[in-house]
Parts: sequence; structure tokens; C-alpha cells
Amino acid sequence: MAVRKNQASLTAKEKRDFVGAVLALKRAGRYDAFVSTHNAFIISDTDNGERVGHRSPSFLPWHRRFLLQFEQALQSVDPNVTLPYWDWTADRTATASIWDAAFLGGNGRSSDGQVTTGPFAFGAGGWTLNVRPDSRTYLRRALGSAVAALPTRAEAESVLAIQTYDAAPWNSSSEGFRNNLEGWRGVNLHNRVHVWVGGHMTTGMSPNDPVFWLHHCFIDKLWAEWQRRHPGQGYLPAAGTANVVDLGETMKPWNDTTPADMLDHTRHYTYDTGF
Amino acid sequence: MSQVTHASELTRRRMLQGAAVALTAAAGTVVLGVTGPAGGQATAAGPEASDEFDEVFKGRRIQGRPVQGGGHHHTAGYTVLVDGEELHMMRNADGTWISVVNHYQTYPTPRSLARAAVQELQGATLVPLA
Repeated sequence: MAVRKNQASLTAKEKRDFVGAVLALKRAGRYDAFVSTHNAFIISDTDNGERVGHRSPSFLPWHRRFLLQFEQALQSVDPNVTLPYWDWTADRTATASIWDAAFLGGNGRSSDGQVTTGPFAFGAGGWTLNVRPDSRTYLRRALGSAVAALPTRAEAESVLAIQTYDAAPWNSSSEGFRNNLEGWRGVNLHNRVHVWVGGHMTTGMSPNDPVFWLHHCFIDKLWAEWQRRHPGQGYLPAAGTANVVDLGETMKPWNDTTPADMLDHTRHYTYDTGF
Repeated sequence: MSQVTHASELTRRRMLQGAAVALTAAAGTVVLGVTGPAGGQATAAGPEASDEFDEVFKGRRIQGRPVQGGGHHHTAGYTVLVDGEELHMMRNADGTWISVVNHYQTYPTPRSLARAAVQELQGATLVPLA
């Protein structure tokens, strides 16, 4: 059984192996398809129309499936690699080890936001952006510039305490756990982290920054924590909802996976800590 | 640059027959909000024509206008151009806006969204929408 670990506890070899597998997918031309898929969904998911990947109940199972697909791609390169998660409630500064040159590289420079350290720096030669919103081909970050602080553990706890999974109208205006976790409402967890990282993480092409996977792995873990705390609650809506993926309906683009299939992460992986 | 911006504002103010810019902007937001979550793109044209803008911001020409039926790129009911290139944008149920370069933070008006995009682009040109 694959174990997803806190990135802060990875050994130097585990970090090297993860980075190596990501770079290998990029070299093979397989990485950019994930960026394209994510962007296609983020621009087509709308509050009043069909919505699957974002601003809807299936935000969580959709990303769980998306991460599984990416993790399987990594494992096709190196079977020992699993996705790590970034607990941004704990590792919350621009000098945290996640941003070391030996792992994801550091902040963008002030002049143009370009990441110049680590394996994903443009100058390192292995990370040219092909699926991108504008003419710039280098990875950019602006850690902590657009929003001062990452969410705190207390803020995460306040969202984990919300009993109902999701609520009509099943979009960015909903009450409930999903939308408070996604961040369109309330203290703002997931969205705020994208904004805090800045650069490509604020765009629809956010998987251009490998930290995307570590961020979403922690969001996925928070979903598992919520399930553990609210065993009597489940995915909503159950059935018959226009434009929204109900519990037993398949999700695009796979068309073979339902939210119900994604509820139990232990069928696919476990986490390194109990909750 | 600032003079051009100023001139655009004056033109816009004349077009609005002297209504205070701040008041108009606020009213525009309210009107957009009224169309609400169920309103959809088709209702976004019309009253908000007053929300059109055309200015030079930090050396880039930004334009915004309502479009009928959302056009090819659906849903927003509004289009924003940066130096003539369309910026993908979307309207949230609460009436706020997001763009493809700022997809996880909301802006109260298309103009504020366009200005944020110019800041984010730092002179780079948008890739044409697929």
C-alpha cells in the first residue's frame, strides 16, 4: 500500500526520487497533459453551468482521481515514488525546507518573478512551460506577496468542524465543508494557498508548478480528516442534480469513476499520520 | 500614461452623463449581482453597457464590454481585452469576477480584474485563447 508522506519528513533520497520522476514525465511530454486537463476544466467549470473539477461538490473526488492519475504516472517512472503533501498550516514561510534548492526551489526573483533556484528553475534546463497563459516560458512564484499569510491550523480546524459536506446551489456560493475548504467562502483554505504561492499557481495552469500536487495532496488529506470526524455525513448531492456530479454519476474526463468510488482513499493509499 | 487614463475616464463620465464614476461602478456591480446565480450569461448584456471601459493602464490598453450570449467563450457575458488579446474570464455566483491569470481570487469589477491581469503579466503578452 502506497503511503503519502508529509514533505517535511522526506529523506534527501525521497526528495530526489520525487523530483526525478516529475522531471522525467516532463521530458517525456507527459506532464503537460496534466496542465492542459486542469486548465480545460477550470475554464469550463462555471457556477451556473456544468461544473466538475472546481466550484462544485466533485472538487474533492475529481482532484483525488486527478492526483491518483498523476501518482500512477510518476510510479510508471519510479515505482517507489508517492505524492507527498504540504501541510501549509505548519510549514508556512518562504524559508521552509519545501522551497530549498534540493526540493522545489525557492521564491521568484523580484524583477520578473522567475524561479532561479532548484530543479524547476528555467535555467536548470528541464522545466520550460509549454501550456501557459502568456508569453513567459519560465516558472514564476511570488511567495506571500498577494496575501500575507497561509491558513492556520485553527482555521483549518474551523472548516473541518463543518458538518454538512456541501449544499445547494452546489457552487462557489454554497455553505458547507467543500466550499469552505475550496475557499470561495469563509476563512478560505485552498484558494488562498494558490494565491500565497503566486506566479503560475494563481493561474488556471497552476499544475505548471509542482507544488500544485503537494498542495492538493494536503487538501485531499483534509477531506479524509473530515470524513473521520463526521462518520455520519457523506458526499452530497445524492441524485438528480442538473449540471452537478451526483454521488453515483461518473466524472469527466475519465467517465469511469464516480464520487462514490473515490470516498475511501485507503483503497489506493494511506497517509503517514493518523487523524 | 496617466493622462490617457484620465482622458478615458472623462470620456466615460461624459458617456454616463455626469454620473459620478464611483456611483456608476457601484451601481454596475449591483445590477450584475441582481442577475444572480440563475441569471446566466444572456442577461449580462444590456444595463451593464455602462460598465464598458477603455483605458491605458501601466502602458497596456485594457478594454471591457458586455457581450451578447457569452459568445464563443461562454458564460462570462463580458469580454476583457489586454492589448487586443482576449483575457479569459468568468463570473462568480456572487457577481465577482476571476480571470485565467488570477483564477483563485475574486475581483469586484471587470476593470479591477483587467488591471490585476496587467500587474500579473509584467509586460508579457497573453497567449490567444484556444
